[in-house]
Amino acid sequence: MDPFLSRIGRGQVLLADGAIGSLLMARGLPRGAAPESINLSHPEVLEEIARLYLDAGAEIIQTNTFGASPLKLAAYGLEAETAAINENAVRAVRRAIGDRAYLSASCGPCGRMLKPYGDTDGEAVFASFRAQMKALVNAGVDMICIETMSDLGEARLAVEAARSVAAAIPLMATMTFEATARGFFTIMGVTIEKACRELAAAGADLVGSNCGNGSRQMVAIAGEFRKFTALPLLIQANAGVPELRAGLVHYPETPEFMAGMVGELIAAGAAVIGGCCGTTPDHTRAMRRAVDDERRRRGDSSI
Amino acid sequence: MKILKQIAQCLEAGDDAAVPPLVSQALAEGLVAKIILDEGLIAGMNTVGERFRIHEIFLPDVLLAARAMYAGMDILKPLLISSGISSRGRVVIGSVQGDLHDIGKNLVGIMLKGAGFEVIDLGNDVGAEKFVAAAKDHGALAIGMSALLTTTMPVMKEVVERLKAENLSERIKTIIGGAPVSQGYADEIGADAYGYDCAQAVAGVKKLAEAVG
Repeated sequence: MDPFLSRIGRGQVLLADGAIGSLLMARGLPRGAAPESINLSHPEVLEEIARLYLDAGAEIIQTNTFGASPLKLAAYGLEAETAAINENAVRAVRRAIGDRAYLSASCGPCGRMLKPYGDTDGEAVFASFRAQMKALVNAGVDMICIETMSDLGEARLAVEAARSVAAAIPLMATMTFEATARGFFTIMGVTIEKACRELAAAGADLVGSNCGNGSRQMVAIAGEFRKFTALPLLIQANAGVPELRAGLVHYPETPEFMAGMVGELIAAGAAVIGGCCGTTPDHTRAMRRAVDDERRRRGDSSI
Repeated sequence: MKILKQIAQCLEAGDDAAVPPLVSQALAEGLVAKIILDEGLIAGMNTVGERFRIHEIFLPDVLLAARAMYAGMDILKPLLISSGISSRGRVVIGSVQGDLHDIGKNLVGIMLKGAGFEVIDLGNDVGAEKFVAAAKDHGALAIGMSALLTTTMPVMKEVVERLKAENLSERIKTIIGGAPVSQGYADEIGADAYGYDCAQAVAGVKKLAEAVG
């Protein structure tokens, strides 16, 4: 496979996969258990999910390591298993995809609030992310995706930790924004302009947004990013805001709806498009067709 | 009163070093603890809550303001207790079993304290049994439950049902909130109130407090 960054550099749009957590629950992850505990007990489930997304047409497959930094795992008493949890996740995806897709390591917030707002030192957060990154990189990931960040200080520490372990690995960093009357902010008050500047300075190759309120808002968010950075953008929307209907979780955005937003996302500057909470292999399959249509329309032959 | 305004302003600015000496100064000037609490600390926290609601300020500002509020309350608390002034009532809060998200729950706790309630925060991953037991032990008027995951929301229903089964639903009210939670879900499970955001949660608890008497 062509290196990821050179394809992005040539202006190609790549499709990333969708949610993992909901599929894990459907396969028996108990309520209240760490989603990453599956990596120790049932790595074959991760392999199956990776295959589902690969078959649906995703070109980037993420690991089940969103909460696999030792600080976050400590909430479940699993911090001593950091290396095994991360390595198992990478190996399971690799077994499923070989080199038919890029293997992207997911890394989410540590779950602690940094000083002075919370009680956790920056050094501890950096060390925690670094431990996770080391395990991921040692196990052979193709890229790293730091996501769902709302504190820019924490996001920067995660990017720097990744860079300290692997200077040249493709590195994506996304934050979660909400719309306000004064524009988009994370809950910690970070603007898109500031996120662009500081994530790039910390060493991210792609920046962007994930999670949030659905794909329509993501078009506006991508447009805002484009104003402040020349870096390629990564956009992974939720399938809308979840509702509970008759005891069942319902995400309002259908595969067709999300696929219908792909053209606008690409026009707004997205280089990698994927799904966050509530998306399924069906969403990926529908988005695959939309990305292919868009590639054809733009005369990109390298499908 | 100038000093009360100063207390509120320092609290709003999150200056936890400035608030305690100002509170002491206000006491030295002869103001009673209850006035300093209501018109200094709570007034300041109300402004913070409103500015957060309209996205003028964000989480860091609220957390710093809360720290300043607690610093002031530490001085007032013994005085309020010794003068026999009771709180507006006790509220047990927590994120439901399986949910480790606590930012929303913490904010509601801060704002409830800022509104004069006593808050018993059970933390994250709290089961139905524990909610009800704590509410009974503390004589709470309400249980506030938060969930950020759709999968953990059923615990809220368990709490409502347990209160009913124990004939406590008249004495202990329930209020729920969190990103996936809605008024519709509150109606569906029979919760007494729903808070879309912190401000609504506090308004809801105030109403419940009146209902319980």
